[in-house]
Order: sequence, then C-alpha cells, then structure tokens
Amino acid sequence: MLEQRELAGVGEARRLVLPARAGARGRARAREGAAGLGAWAAALAVAGLLGWLVGEIAAGGAPALSWSLLAEAPADAGRAGGILPILVSTLLLVGVCLSVALPLGLGAAVWLAELAAAGGRRGRWVRASLDALAGVPSIVMGLFGSALFCRTLGLGYSILAGGLTLACMALPIAVRAAEQGLREAAGELRRAAAALGLGRAATLLHVLLPAAAPALLVGVVLGIGRAAAETAALLFTSGYVDRMPGSLLDSGRSLSIHIYDLAMHVPGGNHRAYASALVLLAVLLCLNALAGWMADRWLARAHARC
Amino acid sequence: MGSRGWKAGALLAVLAGAVALGAHGGRCRGAGAGARLVATGSSTLAPLMAEIGKRFEAHHPGVRVDVQAGGSSRGVQDVLAGMAGLGLVSRPLLGAEAAQLRAFALARDGIALIAHATNPLPGLSTPQVRAIFRGQLTRWEQLGGRPGPITVVSKAAGRGTLLVFLEHFGLQAAEIRAQALVGDNEHGVKTVAANPGAIGYVSIGTAAADVRRGVPIKLLALDGVVPSAEQIAAGRYPLVRPLLLVTRGEPGGLVRELLDFARAEGVDDLVRTQGFVPLER
Amino acid sequence: MTWYERRASCRWSAEAALRWWMRGSAALAGGLVVLVLAFVLAEALPLLLRVGGGRLFTDASWQPTAGRFGIGPLVWGTLLVAGGAVALAAPLGIASAVFVHFYAPQALVRPYRRAVELLAGIPSVVYGLWALVVLVPLLARLRPPGTCLLAGMLVLAVMVLPTVALFADASLARLPPELWRGAAALGLGRWATVRAVALPAARAGLAAGVLLAAVRAVGETMAVLMVCGNVIAVPADGLAPVRALTAHIALEMGYAAGEHRAALFATGLVLLAMVGALVGAVHLFGRRGHHA
Repeated sequence: MLEQRELAGVGEARRLVLPARAGARGRARAREGAAGLGAWAAALAVAGLLGWLVGEIAAGGAPALSWSLLAEAPADAGRAGGILPILVSTLLLVGVCLSVALPLGLGAAVWLAELAAAGGRRGRWVRASLDALAGVPSIVMGLFGSALFCRTLGLGYSILAGGLTLACMALPIAVRAAEQGLREAAGELRRAAAALGLGRAATLLHVLLPAAAPALLVGVVLGIGRAAAETAALLFTSGYVDRMPGSLLDSGRSLSIHIYDLAMHVPGGNHRAYASALVLLAVLLCLNALAGWMADRWLARAHARC
Repeated sequence: MGSRGWKAGALLAVLAGAVALGAHGGRCRGAGAGARLVATGSSTLAPLMAEIGKRFEAHHPGVRVDVQAGGSSRGVQDVLAGMAGLGLVSRPLLGAEAAQLRAFALARDGIALIAHATNPLPGLSTPQVRAIFRGQLTRWEQLGGRPGPITVVSKAAGRGTLLVFLEHFGLQAAEIRAQALVGDNEHGVKTVAANPGAIGYVSIGTAAADVRRGVPIKLLALDGVVPSAEQIAAGRYPLVRPLLLVTRGEPGGLVRELLDFARAEGVDDLVRTQGFVPLER
Repeated sequence: MTWYERRASCRWSAEAALRWWMRGSAALAGGLVVLVLAFVLAEALPLLLRVGGGRLFTDASWQPTAGRFGIGPLVWGTLLVAGGAVALAAPLGIASAVFVHFYAPQALVRPYRRAVELLAGIPSVVYGLWALVVLVPLLARLRPPGTCLLAGMLVLAVMVLPTVALFADASLARLPPELWRGAAALGLGRWATVRAVALPAARAGLAAGVLLAAVRAVGETMAVLMVCGNVIAVPADGLAPVRALTAHIALEMGYAAGEHRAALFATGLVLLAMVGALVGAVHLFGRRGHHA
C-alpha cells in the first residue's frame, strides 16, 4: 500500500532503481541519448507553447489589470468597471457542476469497475454511451440543457441550469478517469480487502478510492477546466447577465462567456478579454492546487489508517 | 471508516442543501416582486440592451432586466415560447415570424465595407463590389490597387448583415465566392486585420470603434460616400439595417414601459456609445 | 477491529444504499446520451421526414433556405481538422508524460504538471483569439487567407494536448513498482524501459486518453470556428479554408429558423453518429486486442 504514496510525487523511486549504465553497446547508448533528447524536446515544446500563450495573454491583459477589475461590476458592455459578479457566477457554476458530476461520476465508475460483469454487455453500453456523450458538441449540449433544464424543469436562465448542463459535459471525463483508476488499482488490494472481510463500502473507501485518487484527480482537474472554459453550452443555459447573482436561480455570466463577448462583440474589448483570461487562469491554478492538496491529504490519511 | 463515511455523507448533504436553499430563495424572490423582465436574442444588440436595462433599473427600483444573448432566432423562439418578454432581432423577420410578432425599431446600424489599413484604395463602386463578391475580380491590381490576391470575407448564412448586404447589391447567397466566412462583427474585423489582401463588411459602429483603437483596418467609401453615423443620419449612406425589439402580441405593463424607454431620446447616448445610430423621430 | 464490529450491524443498509447509488449513477450516466440523442432527433425529424436523410450527403451544396442541404464537405472538414490535431497531439502528449516520469528532475515534475493542467483550462475562445491574432497572420503570409485547415489543426492540437498528456501521465503513475524493479534487474536503460515495459503496460490508459482527445477534437467549436475560414468545400491543401460540423452549427444556429434550424440539428445528428462510430471502433478494436 505504501507504494501508492509515491503517486503524488512520482518518479523518485523509479529513477533510483533505474541504473544509469545505459546499455553496454554503443547503439543502445545512442538510442538512449536520442530518446532523452526527444523527451526533453517534447517537454520544452509543451512548456514553450504555454509560455507563448500565457505571454501573449499577459502582454495583452496587463494594461487592464488592476485591483478594481476584481472588485467592481462591469460597465459600458465590459469595457469599464470590473468582473467581480462574473467571478462569483463562475465559481458557483463550477461548484454546482462538481457537486453533481463528482458523486454521479464516482458512482457510475465504481459500478463499471466493480459491479458490472467484466466484459458484460451492460457495462460496455454504459461506457460507450458515456464516450459518445463526451463527443456531443458543446452548442448542442447547450440547446439540450436549455430545453431540459431551463424549459422543461422550469429553471429558466439560471446558474443551476448552467451548472447541471456543465455536469452533463464533465460526467464522461469524471467517469472515464475514475474507472480507469479503479480498474488499474492492483487486484491484490481488492483480494486482500476481501480476505480481511471488509464490506464493499469499507473496501471502496479505504482501499480502492485512495488507490484511484491520482486518476480521480486528473478527472476533477479536467472537469474543472472544461467547466470553467465552456462557452457555447452556457450561453443558452446560465446566460449573459453580468449582475451579482442573488441565488442559484439567477442568471449569471461565466468568465469564459465574458471573454467571448469581449472578444467577439465589443470593439476594443481585447485587453479586457485578455485580462479576464489572466484572472481565469489564476482561479484555475488555485482550484487545481486545492484539488491536489485535498487528494494528498486524502492519501496521507488513508495511509495513516493502514 | 466511521468518521470518514460520516464526513463524506455530511458534505453531500450540505451541498444538496445549499442547492435546494438557493433554488428556494430564488423562487421566493421571483414570486414576491414579480418584476423581472427578460430580453433575449441578437448578440449584436445584447450589449446595448444590457446598458439600457441598467439605466431602466435605476429609474425603476425593484425591477430587474435580464438580457440574454444567443442570436436573433433565439430571441424569436424565446418570445414565442414565453421565456422572454422582449426579443432582440438584428435581421429582418422571416415569413411566418412576421405574422406572429410585433416588431419595434430600437436603433439603426450601418454596414461598412472594410479592408486592411495598408490597402491604398479609398473606396469602391457598387459594380466593383458586386464583381469582387461574385469572384469576377480576384486581384487588387485589377482595381488599380497594390498587386495581390483579394481575400473575400463574407458572413455566414442567416446573419442579418449578410441579408442586408445581399439585398442592397442584388446578389444571391449562392453567387458569393468567399475565401473566409465569419460570424460575429469582431470576428470579421479580426479576420480582415489579419490579412493585408482582405475585404469584408461589418457594422459601421464596430469598425469605427476598432479604427479608433488602432486595429489595422480601414472603412472603404461606397460610391464616394464615406460610411459614418452622420452620413446615415443625413440619409446619404444606403447600407442600413434596423435593429428590432419584438414582442408576442401587443405589449403591456412593464414590457411596454421598457420598450418605450428604450426607444426614447433618453438612451440615445447609450445607442451612440455602442456604435449604432439613434432612431429618426 | 473495533470499528468493524461497530459498523457490522448497519452494514447491510450501507451496502444496499451504496449499491443503489452506483446503479442509479450508472443508469443516469448511460441514459443521458440517449436523452440528448432523442432531443436532437426530435428537432431534426420534421426535415428528415420531409426530404430524407440521404439528401444531406447527395445534395451538391448547402443552401438551406433554397432547399439544398448538402453537408458532405463538412464531414471531411471535421475528419481532417480533428484527425490532424490528434496526430500532432498524441505523440507530443505521450512524450510529455514520459518526460514527467522518466526524465524530468524531481523539482520540475510538479510545476510542469501544473502547467499542463493550466493548458487544459484555457477557454477555447482564448485559444481562438490567440490563433486569430498570432497564428493566422503568419499563415496568411504563406498564402492568403490564413484562416485555414492548418490553423485549425494546430490550435486544436494545442487544445487536446493536455487531455492526452494528463491521461498518459496518470496511467503511467498507476503502473506497479515491481515493473521498474524488473526492468532494472534486466539492466534495461531508461528508453528501453519506456519502450518495452512502460508504454505496453499502460496502453489501455494511453488509448483512453487519445480517444477522449479525438472525441474532444471532433466536438470542439469556438476555436475551430474562429480560425478555419468556414467555407463549405473540401480543402485542396492545408492552406485552404475548411468548415467543421461543429463550427457549422455554431455559426448558423443562432440565426436559423424553420427547416434551416432542423437541418442544423440533422448536422448534429451526423456529428453524433461520427462520434458513435469512433467510439464503437475503438471499443471493437480494444476487445479484439484483448483477446489476442
């Protein structure tokens, strides 16, 4: 069980056990060298892309960045004032999305990994339909969410309707990630738990979920990213109102919609769009760090109990 | 396990409770004041309507004006479905719609031909524009401009700007030979700004505001008339479309009040700052 | 063991509740796509009943208001843009995960991972804006208009890169440590370990990541709309404009009514069918690989 610990800071043990003597023959050594170069090049490319993007966003957004941007409501179609209500709406949307998608996704993932007969038809269907769900274009999802949540369920343009629509979009990612994690959690763990006579609930909470935590975390992070970055699905559900939401039944504009509006409809909105994007990135960093910290604590506690 | 199971359960319960409470609170407020006006539709009009709404709220305490964007057709559908009291429409009403809806002009919007700022041509004539968009003229030197291919940027099907453009130049949608199709106004501006050989057409207010902010585009004169709000107001510039508010049936109560407020002189300054031309009264 | 005895009395009910929670979630998760499908089908049905689905592919052009509904070039557009993006992103993403696990200095691992996560959260409209302002003028210098297939491929590749990288990362992290001891005992070098041990052992997770990336690429809307040029034609080369199915729906839905609108929903149906085929193919392929 202790090996699971290294999942948080992978690699150390691995590098220790891998001897540096890269093959006796020269060809093997050359291959090793080329591969190392390739891996570094790929990493540099990814980092470079991010740097380029963030640099561009920062250069464009810096002039508009100020404390009042965070503390005020927007004015003049977003060209003046700040983004405070929009920030609040965004956090509420992500909150609704996660509080629906996480329990549902986890439940479905456990069912797929544990209950559904291995290779059985029902499991295959659920998995396939989830994959298909992930491919529904966001605008179609938006129209669907608008018809189901806003009209049929009578929620109107609201943060609740938007968050539920987002949950539909994040669900496949959450399930896929959690299931993969549970499935690959070593089989011995499960057998050991069974041998100890642990019930299903206990096995799940103590053994399987901690083992699946890194994969789960990826699911959560991607889900948050997807939710915070979504535009088309929210335009038709949570709406466009840039006022401070009084409740989850109020319409609220997400940061991504604000960025979209500034970039595509408001002349001279570019700087503000980039500044809002910078804020969004900062919020995401915080949310991701929070998710990582919570997973670490979870892992630590699971081990403390073992 | 005991404590952890509890905590997980409690967390879920709290979340569910928060959602329920939020829902409940919203419903109470909605029912209490009953003064929420919803306007949905054209993303061209939404920023203007949102500003008008804010001013209306300042004059009418307790009233909320919620503006939603999503396209002219969205506005028509929401009004017909009863989800919105007012629809924002930036295209002419289509056959069946005109029979079901009442339309009120809110402002006017001129359409300008734009090119990259480095393009030396000051303007074009109507036959030249027709030939360019039909693909009969494909190089700038054929018009006496700097040598290079013309990149035609047109609007996607159904957009109000496209319909007005086609009608004015007597073109059919199928005749247009474009190298790039765009959606929103700023999309068009950015596409033209990215390409020294491009020509496109967008809302005058948008284009002028972008020029003021240093975006590398220029407005082309049409048959010698430079597109501007003044020329539209004077009736000299021909490419103009009305921006509409639509309602189902005769409007009454607060909707009527907002409608009259939005069409009155009191908001002309907002109309101008968003780049449109106020109504002739 | 005391906690266990304490829990024993109420174990049954907890077990049952857990079971129902899992069943319920699975049923809901599986049923959701059916609901979406039914909704899209209902909106498209009036048109499909009147003119038939075949017209979508046999009509020579797309003029919905004039009764022509051909979307064949859009299918090609989506295949080319998404295919190109995944072909670029998959090797880069997997290589980036390999870097994290086998080559990166310990101090770099966490910041690097945060950076990749950050890429995943940038809104697609920001990618689109960046591409339109930075990438498109560069491509326009090669040959106008600059908004083209290549621009779409590149921006989409950057967007789906984190999906591949994070999934590959997680599936490498889950491999049991005995593998590394075994590889070390055999005297394998780093690359030999990666190639012969790590990648084969993690292939299910890698495949899942690439599949999700492909599905995401097919479904991505805003950025593709902004940089692809959106002309309805099969592109002759990488610098020609192209329109994807998603961009098609997003561009016209807000301004469509009647049969035009129904035709856009029919387009959505085609898109769902494509995603379904992709998913089906991978599942079939995965099963065969399993048996072999």
